[in-house]
Amino acid sequence: MSEEHIDEVSGVKTTGHEWDGIRELDNPMPRWWLWTFYLCIIWAIGYAIAYPAIPLINSATPGLLGYSSRADVAADLAQAKVAQGALLEKIAATPVEDIASDQELLQFAIAGGESAFKVNCAQCHGSGAAGSAGYPNLNDDDWLWGGTIDQIYLSIAHGIRDETDDNTRVSEMPAFADILEPRQINEVAAYVISLSDTPSDAALVEPGAEVYAENCAACHGDDGEGVIDFGAPRLSDGIWLMGSSEAQIVAQVRAPKHGVMPAWLGRLGEPVIKQLAVYVHTLGGGQ
Amino acid sequence: MKYAFETIAVGIGAFLALLGVAFAKDDQFQAHMWVLFIVLLAGTVLLLRRLNFSPVTAQTADDKSGYFDEVVRYGIIATTIWGIVGFLVGVIVAFQLAYPDLNIEPWFNFGRTRPLHTSAVVFAFGGNALIATSLYVVQRTSRARLFGGDLAWFVFWGYQLFIVMAATGYLLGITQSREYAEPEWYVDIWLTLVWVAYLVVFMGTIVRRKEPHIYVANWFYLAFIITIAMLHIVNNLAVPVSFLGSKSYSLFSGVQDALTQWWYGHNAVGFFLTAGFLGMMYYFIPKQANRPVYSYRLSIIHFWSLIFLYIWAGPHHLHYTALPDWAQTLGMVFSIMLWMPSWGGMINGLMTLSGAWDKIRTDPIIRMMVIAVAFYGMSTFEGPMMSIKAVNSLSHYTDWTIGHVHSGALGWVGMITFGAVYYLVPKLWNRPRLYSMRLVNWHFWLATLGIVVYAAVLWVAGIQQGLMWREYDDQGFLVFSFAESVAAMFPYYLLRAIGGLMYLAGGIIMGWNVLMTILGHERDEVPIPGSEPVLQPAE
Repeated sequence: MSEEHIDEVSGVKTTGHEWDGIRELDNPMPRWWLWTFYLCIIWAIGYAIAYPAIPLINSATPGLLGYSSRADVAADLAQAKVAQGALLEKIAATPVEDIASDQELLQFAIAGGESAFKVNCAQCHGSGAAGSAGYPNLNDDDWLWGGTIDQIYLSIAHGIRDETDDNTRVSEMPAFADILEPRQINEVAAYVISLSDTPSDAALVEPGAEVYAENCAACHGDDGEGVIDFGAPRLSDGIWLMGSSEAQIVAQVRAPKHGVMPAWLGRLGEPVIKQLAVYVHTLGGGQ
Repeated sequence: MKYAFETIAVGIGAFLALLGVAFAKDDQFQAHMWVLFIVLLAGTVLLLRRLNFSPVTAQTADDKSGYFDEVVRYGIIATTIWGIVGFLVGVIVAFQLAYPDLNIEPWFNFGRTRPLHTSAVVFAFGGNALIATSLYVVQRTSRARLFGGDLAWFVFWGYQLFIVMAATGYLLGITQSREYAEPEWYVDIWLTLVWVAYLVVFMGTIVRRKEPHIYVANWFYLAFIITIAMLHIVNNLAVPVSFLGSKSYSLFSGVQDALTQWWYGHNAVGFFLTAGFLGMMYYFIPKQANRPVYSYRLSIIHFWSLIFLYIWAGPHHLHYTALPDWAQTLGMVFSIMLWMPSWGGMINGLMTLSGAWDKIRTDPIIRMMVIAVAFYGMSTFEGPMMSIKAVNSLSHYTDWTIGHVHSGALGWVGMITFGAVYYLVPKLWNRPRLYSMRLVNWHFWLATLGIVVYAAVLWVAGIQQGLMWREYDDQGFLVFSFAESVAAMFPYYLLRAIGGLMYLAGGIIMGWNVLMTILGHERDEVPIPGSEPVLQPAE
């Protein structure tokens, strides 16, 4: 098989073998290819000498440069801490409601709060803090548990209905399906809708007002203005956490849904919570 | 009695599947066994219809003198169909990313359709292409009929059963959560059996070859078959919770588990999507161009260096993780060293065309093969570059990685396979030519433009993502939330889906062309300029 054979087109000798009509030229490897390959190998050996590379029994060769990705991260974190250190310490020492009086501190806290919000809060409250059904909008001036800066701080630090935190905010509206007749629930829903000057069935509103006064006013206030101490929502505005349609309001009266927000103090620490409180307060706080 | 043994075996299999249904420990396993039972029952019925009760002496024996091509024909049809299915699911997945409302719970959400797409294109399309072409090539280049007789049929149908079980398993929510190795333990065991049978058929044919030397394409195919067997077995070592349940737990834990997975994952790319398809390249490019392979010496050196270096490169998938620094270093330097061995294949493929460069103008099939090799070169440069830790810290976890994979998969794997399919169909069905060369040309341009759109868009998307994630303001605070980087991807995801749609359109055109060729039609069309010899006027 291995007889001399020369490819006519290129004039190059072939290896003399043939498979199903395919021959192979006996060209040398391209020089540039070979040298680039050698260079890559040399570089690889050099890199392996400079960096941790060869596993030993309990460790690995450290490399001439003494590189360690863990040490790198630790150094980066330490550097970041030093850069922010003075301001973070100042925040830790300043009561949350006084941060706003120091312009530099305020700006730092707003930037830090916004960043922490994007990482920790946006998942539920949305990137723009506009909330969604069941998750409060933080841009408006309607606050279930109070919109002053230290009320916001407490809400974030201890959460809402978080059973793991002893100081969490707790409230629970009873399920009125067990207490009221269906007719009465429809009436009170019509009345509640009318509180925000929204048109509703006039025939139901009047008996609804009576039901409201007997069952709801204790928590939501005589005129539906809400009571922050109980986390009882204001009913006289157009803002509805669980939906504004009559069916949604009836459902909420019959068997209320109660949202839960985790307590963040243990996870984020006091200085970050303070920054968050300052940032959220700039969105829609002000009470 | 022909097919008696086969019929009984498949029938028993169906019965066992029914027992699996009856005694299943979990609902998913039960549903999966129903699928298996229905598939095997249909197989039994089909086999029963082919039973032949005439006495042995009266049966005409099959002609065993020529090459065994029937199984290759089935393989090419399977390749074409699975290709279109895989591309279609890819387009659906791409639109699901752009429009999350298209996630239909529970069966068709992204978490289930994504492995459906990757397995359909890699294992169903790519795997069938590799099995079919390797069985074709090994016979021709060894001048020997396939070893093992009907064992090749077991390989083909067994592999299709694996695909069906894997795909339906994903939709049912059965997964071991290992990328590209999602099927659970019982499907893995089945694939192991099929793969060993494949190795026996391929190796047996090489052993009985009538050529003194083993052709280079067969080195690559053999490396692919052996290494995939090793990778598949080691990465899927797991303990089932119950032998009648669909859940198992990996033998490895923590970072060892992650490294085993990426040792597998990277070499699935290296040996399935690279070595196997290089085997394809080494046969079909010289045949279609009618030119000798450029350099025998280059093929030896780049083969052995590729095989030796690839297997160590996996740790670059775990840069900046819990993986020890030394392993990250090795993963990176081996990836860099891999650059030239990969390019050796590209050079040998492209330079084989020297003396036939004019065919790029006149032969759309050659053009496909050339663009395949060009994309191979591009993605095997991009890969080592992305394995450099400094680059990886930007590119890792972004859509750049997805773009990189697709320039390799759509560009290299897809295009070289299309070239091989177009080469094989007229030969396998004994037709004078393809139904239409102009449709091949359409396929070429749709696919090429689709890839360019896809890859370019995801470069931009990935780099933007990486930059957004690492953006800090001058006070040292993170600027963007993750959700904001997701929202920023929308236009890119839409464009990427359009690129994929073009690629799918090309695949459908190929399906039509292959079908019409098999049916024996020849499209009446103006030949591509230059493809026909110019007639000289008589003097």
